[in-house]
Amino acid sequence: MMRANVRKVLFQKETSDFINSKKMILFEVLFFLITISGLYAAMSGIKDALDAQTISQDFLFLKLFTTSANSIPSYTSLVALMGPFLGILMGFDAVNSERSEGTLNRLVSQPIYRDNIIISKFEANLFIVGCMVMASGLFTGAFGLLTTGLIPSVEEVARLLLYLAFCIIYIGFWLAVAILFSTVCKHAATSALSCIALWLFCAIFVSLLAGIIADAIYPVSGNDMMAAMNQLGNATLNAGINRISPYYLFSEAANTLMNPAARTINAVTMTQLVGAISGNLSLGQSVLLVWPHLTAMIALLLIAFAISYISFMRQEIRSR
Amino acid sequence: MDILKDVDNSDKMVIHTHNLTKKYGDFVAVDNLNLDVKKGEVFGLLGPNGAGKTTTTLMLLGLTEPTGGRAKIAGFDCIRNSIKIKSIVGYLPDNVGFYGNMTGRENLRFMGRINGLDGDELEERINKLIERVNLVDAADKRTSTYSRGMRQRLGIADVLMKDPQIIIMDEPTLGIDPEGVRELMFLIRDLAEVDGRTILLSSHQLYQVQKVCDRMGIFVHGKMIACGSLEELGSQINTDGVNTTEISVYPDNIKAQSIIKDLDGVLEVQKDSDKYIIRSAYDIRRNLSSSLIKEGYTIMHLRQANSDLDEIYRKYFEKEAGNDESKRS
Repeated sequence: MMRANVRKVLFQKETSDFINSKKMILFEVLFFLITISGLYAAMSGIKDALDAQTISQDFLFLKLFTTSANSIPSYTSLVALMGPFLGILMGFDAVNSERSEGTLNRLVSQPIYRDNIIISKFEANLFIVGCMVMASGLFTGAFGLLTTGLIPSVEEVARLLLYLAFCIIYIGFWLAVAILFSTVCKHAATSALSCIALWLFCAIFVSLLAGIIADAIYPVSGNDMMAAMNQLGNATLNAGINRISPYYLFSEAANTLMNPAARTINAVTMTQLVGAISGNLSLGQSVLLVWPHLTAMIALLLIAFAISYISFMRQEIRSR
Repeated sequence: MDILKDVDNSDKMVIHTHNLTKKYGDFVAVDNLNLDVKKGEVFGLLGPNGAGKTTTTLMLLGLTEPTGGRAKIAGFDCIRNSIKIKSIVGYLPDNVGFYGNMTGRENLRFMGRINGLDGDELEERINKLIERVNLVDAADKRTSTYSRGMRQRLGIADVLMKDPQIIIMDEPTLGIDPEGVRELMFLIRDLAEVDGRTILLSSHQLYQVQKVCDRMGIFVHGKMIACGSLEELGSQINTDGVNTTEISVYPDNIKAQSIIKDLDGVLEVQKDSDKYIIRSAYDIRRNLSSSLIKEGYTIMHLRQANSDLDEIYRKYFEKEAGNDESKRS
């Protein structure tokens, strides 16, 4: 009974702490920019794309989130790229700022279990992320409805909600990573830089590395028979390595969920395609396709949080 | 038989440690500490920086695990019952910090809620404590605007939120102006005498602390090398057979010097500006003053140096350092 109550008190404190902090302003501005530029891209891109017949008219409501204009990326790719930054922003100083402020050792000398502290930090921040993601996603949808007059089907709404849930898990993973670094690193600056380094690595370098490794193992240059035979292996390995990165995992999952026309996520051979009728996947089939992604992302989140949990529990907390 | 005796003893003691040891790798931070603090007393843990005082307090609170030995507070084991310990022990860390964007009152409210208080009881206690630590005017300002002294006083209010039987304070006087220290010492005495709480405080600022402590332990290199009241510590050091007396006389001339030198028991006389520093085998103050007055001298200053804590502390510290050197060579 006592334990639940303590969690509630800590949860309230963490939430109000974040909402009253300057980080909240930055957080809101970032979300606002993502929402606005995503909407702008959709508004200006959809018509052109429809006129040019590069996209089908099915599931137009979802196109609000996936359409990009000339140089402005779509809502989904903005979230994939900027989402980590939001998570990092929330968590990078979660533990070490309390330590350097000298509030942590006051907190751990209270009659509470120590894990309540780190769990409530994670819960509270995840809660705020959830609220913001839902607000941003639903705002984009609502604004799209008002301006285009589209009426979404139940399936489209379900896909959107699923996608937003994925966003929360994705940002939650980065939040867990940031909390991990904030537990391990003594200074907030070190943990922020480490998080950003990891983010850049996942967003940019993993795909470069995947290309290099795949080409080295399955060379596809040249015109010989071998190169042709290597094509499938190359593509499969490339995707496999890329999927180490949560960025790629999330992008793939988001594309599959938001685009019912995406029938597969792996490279397929011509023989596998023979006789296939082009058409949209049902929601259940799309979910089935991204189920491994969901599992992997939740697992990554839990691993990151478990490491920070253990290191926090074992840490000796001295005065600043 | 021995075990029985030990149990009896630890029951009377609020804080009791037995061979408490903490090692960080090869470094021994606390070395077989045996500490006993009685109920309702103010105990000072004195020693230079890095002597292991903070490590000891952390072990008492169950915040760090001892390498060996055990510690008990009010009969509860400090490691196995750490939640229980934390509910009856208030800890005021060195350089206490607060959530800067909350007011003093909000900080106290948060701490009270964590300790299971709520409603009118909580608000009433907050008001009472704010008054007690003299922060009525600043209670509704953000704590980021507080001065160090105010933070320390808020820290005491914070510790008292859970109405602890025992309070552990780590360097409570550090960085506070003399007036603030005086108020703080008054408050600490008050907590012990009026409320009957047991207080363990650690410090390296001896003068400030000696006035307020009932008993003290001198802590050097992780070992407690002396323990007792001020007088007991003084007599412990005098058993070494050397007393130091400071005297200045008027007129200050060669004859005065020879009177001092010829006195029974005097081992060595040094002159330090207008003062003589006399080392003797026993307390010579009585003989010294009577023989000087007989010769018509006026005694301007007479003081036995050993009765002062700083002297005691320096002496112990020197002794310990000397042992270290002899060990090395």
